[in-house]
Amino acid sequence: MLNEFLILMKQELLLCIILFITLILKISDNDNSPRNWAGIVNSLLLINFLAGFIFPTTGELFNGMYKVTELMIFEKNMLNLGLLVVSLMAHPCIKSHKHLPEFYMLIISTLIGMFFMISSGNLLMFYVGLELSTIPMAALANFNLNKASSSEAGMKMILSSAFSSALLLMGVSFIYGTTGSFTFTQITAQLDNNALQVFAFVLLFTGFAFKLSVVPFHFWTADVYEGAPVPVAAYLSVVSKAAVAFVFVTVLYKVFGTMANIWYVLLFLTSVLTIGIGNIFAVRQENIKRFLAFSSIAQVGFILVGISSGTQAGEASMIYFLLIYLFSNLGAFGVVNVVSSMSGKENISDYKGFYKTNPALSWFLTISLFSLAGVPPTAGFFGKLFLLTSGASTGNYLLVGYAAINMIVSMYYYLRIVKAIFMDENAMPIANIKAGIIPGIAIAICVIGILVTGFAGGVYNYIYSLSSGI
Amino acid sequence: MNLHILVLIPVLTALATLFFKELKQVRMIAFLGSALQLLLSFALLAAFYAERAAGNVAPMLFYSSFQWFPSLGIAYTTGIDGIAMAMILLSAFVVLAGVLVSWKMEKLSREFFFLLMLLSAGAYGFFISLDLFVMFFFLEIAVIPKFLLIGVWGSGRKEYSAMKLALMLMGGSALVFLGLMGIYFNSADIHGQHTFNILELSVRHLPLSTQMLFFPFAFIGFGIFGALFPFHTWVPDGHSSAPTAASMFLAGISMKLGGYGCLRVATYLMPEAAHAYSPYIILLSAIAIIYGAFATMMQTDLKYINAYSSVSHCGFVLLGIGMMNETAITGAVMQMISHGLMTALFFAAIGMIYERTHTRLLAQLGGLLKVMPFISSIFVIAGLCSLGLPGFSGFVAEMTVFMGSWQHVETGYRIATILSCASIVVTAVYILRAAGKSIMGPIVDDHHLQLSDATWNEKLAAVVLLIGIVTIGIAPFWLSDLIGPGVHGLMANIGRTILS
Repeated sequence: MLNEFLILMKQELLLCIILFITLILKISDNDNSPRNWAGIVNSLLLINFLAGFIFPTTGELFNGMYKVTELMIFEKNMLNLGLLVVSLMAHPCIKSHKHLPEFYMLIISTLIGMFFMISSGNLLMFYVGLELSTIPMAALANFNLNKASSSEAGMKMILSSAFSSALLLMGVSFIYGTTGSFTFTQITAQLDNNALQVFAFVLLFTGFAFKLSVVPFHFWTADVYEGAPVPVAAYLSVVSKAAVAFVFVTVLYKVFGTMANIWYVLLFLTSVLTIGIGNIFAVRQENIKRFLAFSSIAQVGFILVGISSGTQAGEASMIYFLLIYLFSNLGAFGVVNVVSSMSGKENISDYKGFYKTNPALSWFLTISLFSLAGVPPTAGFFGKLFLLTSGASTGNYLLVGYAAINMIVSMYYYLRIVKAIFMDENAMPIANIKAGIIPGIAIAICVIGILVTGFAGGVYNYIYSLSSGI
Repeated sequence: MNLHILVLIPVLTALATLFFKELKQVRMIAFLGSALQLLLSFALLAAFYAERAAGNVAPMLFYSSFQWFPSLGIAYTTGIDGIAMAMILLSAFVVLAGVLVSWKMEKLSREFFFLLMLLSAGAYGFFISLDLFVMFFFLEIAVIPKFLLIGVWGSGRKEYSAMKLALMLMGGSALVFLGLMGIYFNSADIHGQHTFNILELSVRHLPLSTQMLFFPFAFIGFGIFGALFPFHTWVPDGHSSAPTAASMFLAGISMKLGGYGCLRVATYLMPEAAHAYSPYIILLSAIAIIYGAFATMMQTDLKYINAYSSVSHCGFVLLGIGMMNETAITGAVMQMISHGLMTALFFAAIGMIYERTHTRLLAQLGGLLKVMPFISSIFVIAGLCSLGLPGFSGFVAEMTVFMGSWQHVETGYRIATILSCASIVVTAVYILRAAGKSIMGPIVDDHHLQLSDATWNEKLAAVVLLIGIVTIGIAPFWLSDLIGPGVHGLMANIGRTILS
């Protein structure tokens, strides 16, 4: 039993160990002088990421409350990679920060929460995981202690999370009331789609919509992204969103598969709104962090189109897209972070003439943006088109057509930045920036990921073989 | 012969340019890469003839297929018939000439040649692919290099033109994508398997309702790339703002992707719908031909003249496809080749003139023949080819389209044919006016007296293109024999009018 426990939970346990190590680092530090701890933590995170691939074991614990499948291992490895990249990316601003151990403690505990959330086979377990991943997140958004907007971000984050958790809990309790169980498999067996269950499901859906920043529950996103430190915004927009999306699709397909016709309508409406409003607002943004916030809202809309089909391809294309999105968005945030931490500039207009002074960073940002826009040969092309393909597989050409037309709008605003970088004249461009090796590695991982993931058909085929439909 | 090498060489050339900084090295790599590509294309042509001579009657030669995303039915399938072969040759000619005219591209030369090579890789990949998804992939690859080439190295309202071109082409792509989705999800065989493979799709008859729904998407989508009226508006702005080589690529190769797609995907895979929509295609292409010709008359900028005349000439391609008989489609393909070479030569000549005189306005040019005889001569030759003078490729191609069009006896088709024929007169007017004003007559600006004639690289570029134009003009049967069997193969499907 103990052996099984250790092996099945190894990814969570490993993260706990790292968490304790950072705690010890904090305690051992009595003179508050900055030390080179970032290197230690980064190596630990690298080991953690690599360790995820060895001894992949599947099984269940606690009567199905906690379970591990190959797909979950893959998803956790993805999130581990995301954390590693964010940590490397954060290096310049965090390495001499006196609260470095706290930063890692918070961020690792959110990841542990996400792992439990992904592995949950039970609504309570899921809720505990969700809260564990959300509450430290608010502290992270507030991590820039000298900035008022950072506190604002933390406050908005915690209030909106509390609100969405309340909705979610209400949904959970209704579900429990009507089915008499918290366990996913038993809930599925007990569902008879009566009005209260549908209502409970809509509440659950709303809770998820908050976390995924689906329109009309997106209002917190842009402010939080703008106020939070860039690495935190990156983590929030990629890792945290991916974790919720993984669970979301499991809940839709596995637990509420019988309500497919209901959630199909919800997905249809919210995806139309999310893509449209995300795009319209992204066009108007001047701050590049807010811009990335709204563009990531629009990206979520595309995910909703993909999963609306309820097929194996739907789940597979979502996970594949999120993998690519991880590379693309972290790549874009990586460059934005380097620029903002070195020059303090965060406006799109500041990027005018950027290519003259920083050709390499310009290309990296451009490649990431092209991947977000879905332009070949970057991986984003495949990711986005597979989502649309699986969306079209149920004959829903109207929605797919709408999404395809919105790709043109999104093309416009991504190209607007590319235009600023390459074409606009600027007498005072951002001076040449030496990114340093460690953030450089983070960006390099992303760019390589963007260029390789699409062509490597094996990645998609592997994900597809692990996925399943309703 | 392995077709993948056709994509690999431009990609490797593009990557190789990244390792050098100096213009001299970069341009040499690009030149070697594109020259090698031209040689390979000829080797491919020889191998193609050898296969055919050996009695290989397969519709697609050098066929190969690798699974890429098996669960989605996507495979990297390649193969060529005579039409694709001709397009590959066209691309190889234009790319080499494009590299040669960019010999003095001082500004960000590495990036410039990188993007040119990437653009050409997209074109080659498009012509060899037999899988709709892969084809779409290559179609889209070419969009971003165009945006950057125009926006960074262009002239005039370059940002506006670049954005307009990128967004309109993305719009075209979105429509094409919807068309492809429609084809894919209605292509189930008896086992319920969908496919993107063009050869397999051609024997799986799509239901008529599907065809009627999705043909417009596919045709208009590709049509936007091929300057279908009224979606041609990116052409004048894009072409005239682009740097010379990019204009040559755009008009010479990229617009042909559209025509090729309309033929190979929309018309070939959805023939019944194509027959039903044929009157509309004819109407739009006739409007494009006539409107393009008259719009050209009003232009005073040499690049705008050629850009609008491209709209008019590409109208013949769509007209030929819309007529849906073997002769007309053969003519359409020949027109793609001919126009590709001719317009590339024209843009090259305009680029050379602009580089020297720093103006493209007719009013500020005159008597150039006296100071730059070589450039003026190729300008006139390109013009004569454009107006369809016998002996050049333009005459052969347009004549074939007209012969095919005349086979339609319905009144509407007759009227469209006659009006399109009449546009040649307008073409003659604007070409002769442009040539007469800028090449002949007195020298308008005294500064032009000190200008030099073409350098060796520019001469070589012009000669490369001229060889193609004159060969087709003098020995057209060589080209029609090459593409004939390919068109014949397509007709097996396109000739089908009643759903079986």
